Amino acid sequence: MRLRRWAIILPLLCAFLVSCSPNSNDRPGRKHTITIAGSTSVMPFTEKLAEHFVVDHKNFIIDVQGGGSTAGIQAVINNTVDLGMSSRELKEGEKTLNTITICHDGIVVVVHPENPVTEMGLDQVRQIFSGRISNWSQLGWKDRKIDAVSREEGSGTRSAFEDLVMKGKEINDATMVQDSNGSVKEVVATDPYAIGYISMGLVDKKVKPVAIDGVNPSIKTIKSGRYKIVRPFLYITNGELEPKARQFVDYILSKEGQTILKNEGLVGFYD
Amino acid sequence: MRINPRIINRLVRMGLNVQAFFTVGILIIIVAIIFFKGFPHMSFAFIFSFPEDMGREGGIFPSIVGTIQLALLSILFATPLGLGTAIFLTEYTRESLFTKLIRFGVESLAGIPSILYGLFGFIFFVIKLKMGWSLLAGVLTMTIMILPTIIRTSEEAIRAVPRQLRIVSYSLSASKWETIKKVVLPAAMPGILTGIMLSIGRAVGETAAIIFTMGSSLRLPLSVMDSGRTMAVHFYILAREGISMEKAYGTAVVLVLSILLINILAYYIMNKAIARYS
Amino acid sequence: MIDRTVFKERFVKWVLVAFALSSLLFLFLIFLFILAEGLPLFLKVGVKNIIFGFKWAPTKGYFGIFPMIISSFLVTIGALVIGAPMGLSCAIYLSEYSGKKMKMFLKPALELLAGIPSVVFGFLGVIYIVPLVRNYLGGSGFSLISTSLVLGVMILPTIISISFDALVSVPKTYREGSAAMGATKWQTIYKVIIPSAKSGILASFILGMGRAIGETMAVIMIAGNALKIPGSILDPLRTLTGNIALELAYATGDHRLGLFSTGVVLMVIIMILNYIANFGIKRKIAK
Repeated sequence: MRLRRWAIILPLLCAFLVSCSPNSNDRPGRKHTITIAGSTSVMPFTEKLAEHFVVDHKNFIIDVQGGGSTAGIQAVINNTVDLGMSSRELKEGEKTLNTITICHDGIVVVVHPENPVTEMGLDQVRQIFSGRISNWSQLGWKDRKIDAVSREEGSGTRSAFEDLVMKGKEINDATMVQDSNGSVKEVVATDPYAIGYISMGLVDKKVKPVAIDGVNPSIKTIKSGRYKIVRPFLYITNGELEPKARQFVDYILSKEGQTILKNEGLVGFYD
Repeated sequence: MRINPRIINRLVRMGLNVQAFFTVGILIIIVAIIFFKGFPHMSFAFIFSFPEDMGREGGIFPSIVGTIQLALLSILFATPLGLGTAIFLTEYTRESLFTKLIRFGVESLAGIPSILYGLFGFIFFVIKLKMGWSLLAGVLTMTIMILPTIIRTSEEAIRAVPRQLRIVSYSLSASKWETIKKVVLPAAMPGILTGIMLSIGRAVGETAAIIFTMGSSLRLPLSVMDSGRTMAVHFYILAREGISMEKAYGTAVVLVLSILLINILAYYIMNKAIARYS
Repeated sequence: MIDRTVFKERFVKWVLVAFALSSLLFLFLIFLFILAEGLPLFLKVGVKNIIFGFKWAPTKGYFGIFPMIISSFLVTIGALVIGAPMGLSCAIYLSEYSGKKMKMFLKPALELLAGIPSVVFGFLGVIYIVPLVRNYLGGSGFSLISTSLVLGVMILPTIISISFDALVSVPKTYREGSAAMGATKWQTIYKVIIPSAKSGILASFILGMGRAIGETMAVIMIAGNALKIPGSILDPLRTLTGNIALELAYATGDHRLGLFSTGVVLMVIIMILNYIANFGIKRKIAK
């Protein structure tokens, strides 16, 4: 009786353990794994590209992780990943690494769809986030406190926003903080009095983009250079790329890859 | 004026009655919201298909597999350790400074919030031991987290085994370990199982400690060194990033339903055990 | 043959000792690694500048977490204000008033509440509590009061189960004695049972505080995570746990060390709370 029970449990257990065993690379079929980590702004687009890529390249596994731009760059330096993703330019001390610009992304200031404010000056955005403008009446709407939402310290989007918009002014301590583009968008989508900034690729009808200094954020205005809050999406490598990872990068830079990025609302190299 | 104590008594009784049902009401409301909103999005295909478009479309199969792997492997590590500790504390020593120290350790582990387990797992397993964000790092962190639950419930279960059983076993010239193995543990088994079930429930519902050790890769973990996503983490990301409310509710149903079933099973086993000895 | 048995017994015993020591080893490792990562920054920046510093901008060299310490205590107290009376009255109802059948239904139901994952609480808080607060009380809704409400519910199971145990362990003779003096049930509870279960009830509150102060995922979803000390119950705030969870994934260098310093402070607070609670419980048992 005892034995019979084990006869059932043991094989199940073995099967389970085998399924969890290391070295999935050495299995027949020889799957090749490319590991990518870094910016959570770039991550969703990399995941999307990877989804499309593996359809035609069945022997590839692409492991995409978040972690943030800085962590991604660190991971490249330590050689723990093949590719790092960054949504900000490299800083001093990181310049020895190679960068591949995969596309550009606009940072869009967004408000709730019910908010009648459609346009602001760049300096007004700065004053909102530094706390000098704190009421919607100062922008011609009702007398109600502005619920500003920012990103957390260390985020590539925040760092780019600080460089491009804040220009040395500090983001006010009373500003709410969320830890991803998506969660900033969710707060703005649910709170009629909120204002935040997110990657242009994520703007949809749940939030309303605000024109800055009279320029609507769009792929067109970014390409023409009129919309100024733009940052590159970078892949970071340490030295030469190994051939398999190169294949993935080439795919992204190809017309097909760039079209996918364009459909996601990013600014690619083709039109 | 002095109000009749009997009237106060009756009022209090009513108030407490309302209060208790209000509290249970919260549980019922939570479960009801999740079920009503989520059931329309839950289907066979949702459970057994892969997510597409970051989880906006498709199902949650990899996160279900990830959850099962995490829970079962953690139990596999934690049960021998926890049960061993419980046996040692109950059968092999008297109360001494040493047992006090161990109990202090267990109590302290139980009190540490999950985010600190996350910090520890991140720095120790992920970075110092170079495991990276992986199933293994998640499992080891989870093992330590559930250890106190297993130790406490097993200890209680073993203590509840009547002394007579042991005495009979010894009188048949069984050794101490034989007695434990053949007499005490089988008798304490329901209580031990309860602890294991509760621990599985904890592993299934945990987020803070897992997200920093196991990562959040959406694909099916094929080896212990792969990163993966449990249902709780998947739900967190879907809901927080606003990727898809329908899929988030669908995931929540599967998540809450499995935890409720696991916990109900745990209490059922425990009640049966209590009925047996009282 | 006998030697083999003796040998086996010894072997088993030492294996069990090793297992029992594992908990202590893990605790030691957790302390060691969090302290090893968290303490250097205290030495570098100064304890005062971290614990009493007002400004948190780790990429620019500011590591003040004073507002988060205050905020953590504020949400915890808020949670207690909501959870303690509810939890205690549930426990009293369960131990003194409810019939056996009722108890069979209520107690497991309340324990199931403990099993609901914190992300689910956070999610429902964002969907239902936050808009409610925004529409009827004002502010963005991501606030001290929303967080306290949700945490208050989350700590209920802890408070109920521990104070229930304390109430039940009051000897039956106390109740009979009081009833014999002609006291009503409520007078007995109020004058006799609660005072004698006092330390256990207090312990349940303190452990509930520990749970609230350590809660993470629900809090970062609801609290709004602003760095400032909230000026009103409608203002957003960031707790110690929220700080770690928000930024850990991104942090490198001193920034990461700063988050471990936050962890050290959290750990010290939790250890103190647990020590007080355990001490309280022990005194009760000794009595």
